[in-house]
Amino acid sequence: MRNSKFKKEYLGRTIVTIAGLFIILLTLAIGAFLFYRGSATFTADHHSIAEFLFSADWNPAEQGRGGKVGAAIFFFGSVLISVLALLIATPFSLAAALFMTEISPKLGRKFLQPAVEIFVGIPSVVYGWVGLTILVPFLAKTFHLPYGYSVLAGAIVLAVMIFPTITSVAADAVRSVPQEYREASYGLGSTRWQLIRKAVLPAAMPGILTGVVLGLARAFGEALAVAMVIGKMQAFPKNLLSPTMNLTAELTADMGNTTAGSEWNNALWSMALLLLLISFLFILLIRLIGKMGAEKK
Amino acid sequence: MKQTHKRVKIADRAATAVLYAVAGFFLLLLAVFTIYIFYRGAVSFKPEYLGFTRGGIGVQFFNTIYLVFLSLLISVPVGVAAGIYMAEYAGSGKLTHFLRTCIETLASLPSIVVGLFGYLVFLQMTGQHWNLLAGALAVSILNIPQLTTVTEDALQGIPELYREGSLGLGATHWQTITGVLLPAALPRIITGIIMAAGRSFGEAAALLFTSGMSSDVNFSNWNPFSPNSPLNVMRPADTLAVRIWALKTEGVDPNAEQLSDLAAAVLMLMVFAFSLGSRRIGAKLEAKMTGGSHKGDK
Repeated sequence: MRNSKFKKEYLGRTIVTIAGLFIILLTLAIGAFLFYRGSATFTADHHSIAEFLFSADWNPAEQGRGGKVGAAIFFFGSVLISVLALLIATPFSLAAALFMTEISPKLGRKFLQPAVEIFVGIPSVVYGWVGLTILVPFLAKTFHLPYGYSVLAGAIVLAVMIFPTITSVAADAVRSVPQEYREASYGLGSTRWQLIRKAVLPAAMPGILTGVVLGLARAFGEALAVAMVIGKMQAFPKNLLSPTMNLTAELTADMGNTTAGSEWNNALWSMALLLLLISFLFILLIRLIGKMGAEKK
Repeated sequence: MKQTHKRVKIADRAATAVLYAVAGFFLLLLAVFTIYIFYRGAVSFKPEYLGFTRGGIGVQFFNTIYLVFLSLLISVPVGVAAGIYMAEYAGSGKLTHFLRTCIETLASLPSIVVGLFGYLVFLQMTGQHWNLLAGALAVSILNIPQLTTVTEDALQGIPELYREGSLGLGATHWQTITGVLLPAALPRIITGIIMAAGRSFGEAAALLFTSGMSSDVNFSNWNPFSPNSPLNVMRPADTLAVRIWALKTEGVDPNAEQLSDLAAAVLMLMVFAFSLGSRRIGAKLEAKMTGGSHKGDK
């Protein structure tokens, strides 16, 4: 009896520990496999990292080697669209977060919170679908374009997608600002807006920044919604209304058409590796922000 | 002095108005979004589109449910077990720190990257063709970090008294976990599982290169080992979300427009059902487990 009790203890402990180790193994495996395939461009195909990142000459060989693998257009497209999306979404998200916490927690909890949760749950293809059926024709009509596929369309679709992410993280951050800050601020005679601007926002800043970086990470890695509205044009955009291409759209478009081991295929894996590295970079950035926030306190 | 006082007050009013406007704007946006999607779905609706043939989305609906079911079968045990480890056994050493970094990394991986990893490992390296199981595994990778975090949070949210009481009665740590802590954490864990399921329904980027963009099934054949049986996990299977993508980007079907409208509406319906359902079930379970008198304490 006694024995079996402790046997179970050890068995249970072993099983859950294995599950934890499995997650480490899985993460390392993803990193290792992508690194292995993604580095072939630079080892087997002898291209330089600088060419891959900064050259816009994209003409990889379908068989064997000898082409050009400059992915600058795609990289630039990804950065441009996600930064634009962030610029659009952040002010709105902050406002929504402040509304939910400082202005009307009751209305916020009843309406805005569930709405944000539903926004998070909407699948990215549905966002792409809406972008394709409403936004793209609308942009074409408003700006007299032949098609509406554009950087702007991609940025707007992404902005709607990352808005709930930033909002919920920012709202959590604002909520965790100690109540004394508010009491002290009101006690000194400040208005609600002064309280928000001078006390709440600065105190919640690390948390808000975390939300912004999470939003950026989501925008950067989003594939299908962007691919549907961006226009898939292999050129730098001339302005916000011209089509271009980004990393994820290029990956979805061409990965299935290439033969394993060809220069083209290797270059696509390098792009996947780049996505992985950048998403890891965002994690480190969030860690850094968290540390800075902790030190401030 | 009076001047600045006035200005400050005006700024306060203006800011409040702006914040109200933004909040209203988002509710409106969601309402318009939903109404538009359902409207388009309803307008495009024809009974034959729900059929289990090439011209319908019945097969994709089945595939979606089946794939999510399989992925939960894989990810729930792993995610919950890892969550238990994090909450109950993990120390504060380097390994735990590293594991936490791994969970965060996995959670923020772009789903297309996970899809490509799945393509490489589950298909290319094993020499398989597109199949449901590979898709379910890829979706599991996306779900595991979420389930781990939910479980860990749920366990840590349980009052310390529960643990002390159980240990004080002579239960082992594991008995405490399975007999006291897990039941108490169950409402939140189940809510987390439903939310993970809701998110998996709409996943497409991770599936394009794993479970593929086509299906060939025969619904009179339920032998799971036959290549065109719906239950066979080694057959290619496109889900609703993947079908929308295919219809919208390739659009070879004559009814591509209507089919994708309907598929989008069905997906939205599932998202709503799961989002509202998880809230309901969570609240109900919470009330049942705690006799409904749990609201006050934390």
